[in-house]
Amino acid sequence: MSKSASIVTFIGSKESSMGKTLLSHLQALLLPVIGLLLFLAVWNGVAKTIDTSLGQFPGPAQVWEQTLTLVSEHSAQREKADAFYARQEERNAARVAQDPTYEPKIREFTGAPTFFDQIWTSLYTVMIGFLIASLIAVPVGIVCGLSKSAYTAINPLIQLFKPVSPLAWLPLVTMVVSALYVSDDPMFSKSFVTSAFTVSLCCLWPTLINTAVGVSNIDKDLVNVSRVLRLKPLTHLSKIILPASIPMIFTGLRLSLGIGWMVLIAAEMLAQNPGLGKFVWDEFQNGSSDSLARIMVAVLTIGAIGFVLDRVMLMLQRMVSWDKNSVLR
Amino acid sequence: MNAKHLELTQVGIDFPTPKGPFTALRDVNLNIKKGEFISLIGHSGCGKSTVLNIVAGLHQATTGGVILDNVEVKEPGPERAVVFQNHSLLPWLSVYKNVELAVKQTLRGKSKAEIREWVMHNLELVHMTHAIDKLPSEISGGMKQRVGIARALAMEPKVLLMDEPFGALDALTRAHLQDSLMEIHADLGNTVIMITHDVDEAVLLSDRIVMMTNGPAATVGEILEVNLPRPRDRLVLADNPEYNHYRHEVLTFLYEKQKKVEPVSARKSGTEKGASSSKTDAA
Repeated sequence: MSKSASIVTFIGSKESSMGKTLLSHLQALLLPVIGLLLFLAVWNGVAKTIDTSLGQFPGPAQVWEQTLTLVSEHSAQREKADAFYARQEERNAARVAQDPTYEPKIREFTGAPTFFDQIWTSLYTVMIGFLIASLIAVPVGIVCGLSKSAYTAINPLIQLFKPVSPLAWLPLVTMVVSALYVSDDPMFSKSFVTSAFTVSLCCLWPTLINTAVGVSNIDKDLVNVSRVLRLKPLTHLSKIILPASIPMIFTGLRLSLGIGWMVLIAAEMLAQNPGLGKFVWDEFQNGSSDSLARIMVAVLTIGAIGFVLDRVMLMLQRMVSWDKNSVLR
Repeated sequence: MNAKHLELTQVGIDFPTPKGPFTALRDVNLNIKKGEFISLIGHSGCGKSTVLNIVAGLHQATTGGVILDNVEVKEPGPERAVVFQNHSLLPWLSVYKNVELAVKQTLRGKSKAEIREWVMHNLELVHMTHAIDKLPSEISGGMKQRVGIARALAMEPKVLLMDEPFGALDALTRAHLQDSLMEIHADLGNTVIMITHDVDEAVLLSDRIVMMTNGPAATVGEILEVNLPRPRDRLVLADNPEYNHYRHEVLTFLYEKQKKVEPVSARKSGTEKGASSSKTDAA
């Protein structure tokens, strides 16, 4: 009796544990979907009750509609551009056939940038700004981590500049760029340089601080190993310091890129760099009945790209981190 | 044997503290012969590690000094290789690369084949050639310490300094490693200074056991010569009266002459023994 009963409970428990894992998988899939649907429902409901001077606040349906519009505008613009280049080539070929000494002129297509062009501009700008910041922050962070005096000297500056909003920097950066970046045939537009530098100024700090902390917290025994081996300073840096602090450096880089992406939108709005920030600003100034929905598309896009950037950094961090036991999320 | 191999003369060290200098060691005198195996034993906090670090060059003595083969020790160097308590392997390098880093430093300008051969030779000494491509996080604590020893041996040190090398290991693993260490010492004949808390370990491995008094201002209390024939076998020695006599000597020093005064918080459990002992009545 008791034996069969225990078998039954055993089978029962096995089934229920299998059911549990299935349930937890389902939960992992279902719960976010439920959350999303709830959000859409609330959004839809609340949007209907808000009337602005530009019409009703856009609900999910209008935003989706505008997403499709932006996609079709993009492909229409692409077709125009292709047609323009085809015409130009034809014309040039004809001129060259008439007069072999003629040097064909190639002109850029001057149509307005589409939403997707603007996404690329934004990504490119943030990457340049982030790269400049990292190239400065990592070496300075290493110096601060290695030398307590350097850290004591630089720390007040870090604390002073870390909380400064990009909007405060922007006028200064704009004026400095206009004054110093003078060239007849500039490689980059001024608005691009201004935006990228503002991003740099704001995403310098997390990398700098985390690098300094990572370097100064290196296991003392590892430093002693290096001393016993009499590693030369450069070898010490490349074989001990850098690998040991890589996880912390990447934590800083991830934070920096997140901040950079946020800062960029504000910078582009004011600097008129043709990216997502300018898109939002132009739509706002435009004030058509579709503007709010189009801005909402931009908001969601900005969020999605920020998320993807963070995931990419997390992947990189996992790849380079030697501490496989640490939980990175 | 060279009588003057490693000399510690009147070594003392002060550490600066907010309340003024703290004298950790005072008047440590020790002459170590080439090839000798020395154990440093004493209660925790008595400055054993500090002695080792001064010999390693990681700390600078405030008074006195250390002379190795007629050269004063001023900075760390591979001729005084250290095996650290927590193995201290670089976690991002494989077992092979960890040893290779040391080999590349000591065999400058040698060919790749020679470097590889020397790395493998030293890993063979500690029986770790099967795991050369593993990361430190993928091998057990005992294996990590073996690699740590291989790395130290690969520097061809005159003196091998070991800071409680087996302290963090379980008893069986520790016994294995002690046997390995005895083999290696018999083969290579390095001078070894080892810190230990373990009385059996000290008696089994050492030629001389240096027993230290409690700090502050710790110094050498007694030195015990262990005249047991080598090779030593732990099973045979277990019943050996001489072995047990040595053990007894060390235990007497540690638990009677240098009875540790426990801090008040640790004494709550009811043992009143510690309270009556005087601190420093040693040699």
